[in-house]
Amino acid sequence: MRNNTPVDNLLVLIAILASATGYGFYFRARSGRLKATTKKGATAVISCITPVEMGTEFGSVATLLQFSSAFCAPCRATKVLLGEVAKDHPGVVHVVLDAESHLELVRRLKIISTPTTLILDPKGHEVGRAVGAPRREQVAAALHALR
Amino acid sequence: MSSMLKASVQIDARGARFGALITAIVFSVALVTQSPALIMWQAAVFAIGAFRGPQFTPYAVIFRSVVKPRLKSNPIFEDVRPPKFAQAVGLVFTIIALIGSLLGSSVVFSVAVAAALAAAFLNFAFNYCLGCQFYLLGVRLVSPRNSKITLEVK
Repeated sequence: MRNNTPVDNLLVLIAILASATGYGFYFRARSGRLKATTKKGATAVISCITPVEMGTEFGSVATLLQFSSAFCAPCRATKVLLGEVAKDHPGVVHVVLDAESHLELVRRLKIISTPTTLILDPKGHEVGRAVGAPRREQVAAALHALR
Repeated sequence: MSSMLKASVQIDARGARFGALITAIVFSVALVTQSPALIMWQAAVFAIGAFRGPQFTPYAVIFRSVVKPRLKSNPIFEDVRPPKFAQAVGLVFTIIALIGSLLGSSVVFSVAVAAALAAAFLNFAFNYCLGCQFYLLGVRLVSPRNSKITLEVK
């Protein structure tokens, strides 16, 4: 391939910055949004976890199961936020697991990035999940819907 | 407590973000001028950031001496490990770009620089966290999976 001219490279630069900006807005809009987990037979069974695996009992209303990692900046803020939410809502338990040391669970629950928060019903079935740092009102609304 | 063991260095997140801005500018100029010298410079900066920490790079020095005194906002303290991870990923991409340049392939050079530029730009403009998106994925790919049997028993 012949060497590009600076003008060609400038066009490439503009294209990269434009697509990165587009992706950035898409990413920002999607990040932390809580999605209800659809129960389609097998999916509901797979998205199930035992108290032993989690290291604690399920909350009587819900469990906020957060997967974190040391290389994730927003994980800490999410941990603080969900801890406060759990404190404000009786029957809601907040659990933080280090994703790296629970790889089997991570694979089974199809966790790809951190933070990922699963909302579990009292039986430990996944009813919702948020990929990225969720906002307080989003979590509160999801918990309200569970009652 | 395990949290005591995990206690790590905290840095000003605004400094890391400023560093990402300078990095994005360096990559932009390197892409347009196809300059391996600039990528070599950036690789050296990334090496400092990845091995010693992002708070020791020349960009962090500029931030502390020039930018920080002019900022009105309070410092945002953040764990050093996420930006350190991002610096290591950046180092890998600059090395790929330099290898491409050595082999005379402007395509390899441009693609590697473009990827690193996109990451640095997203980091600066959207506070994008590379470690959040790719660290776990990398661990998942590298470590062997042995969960098949447990799944079948169930």
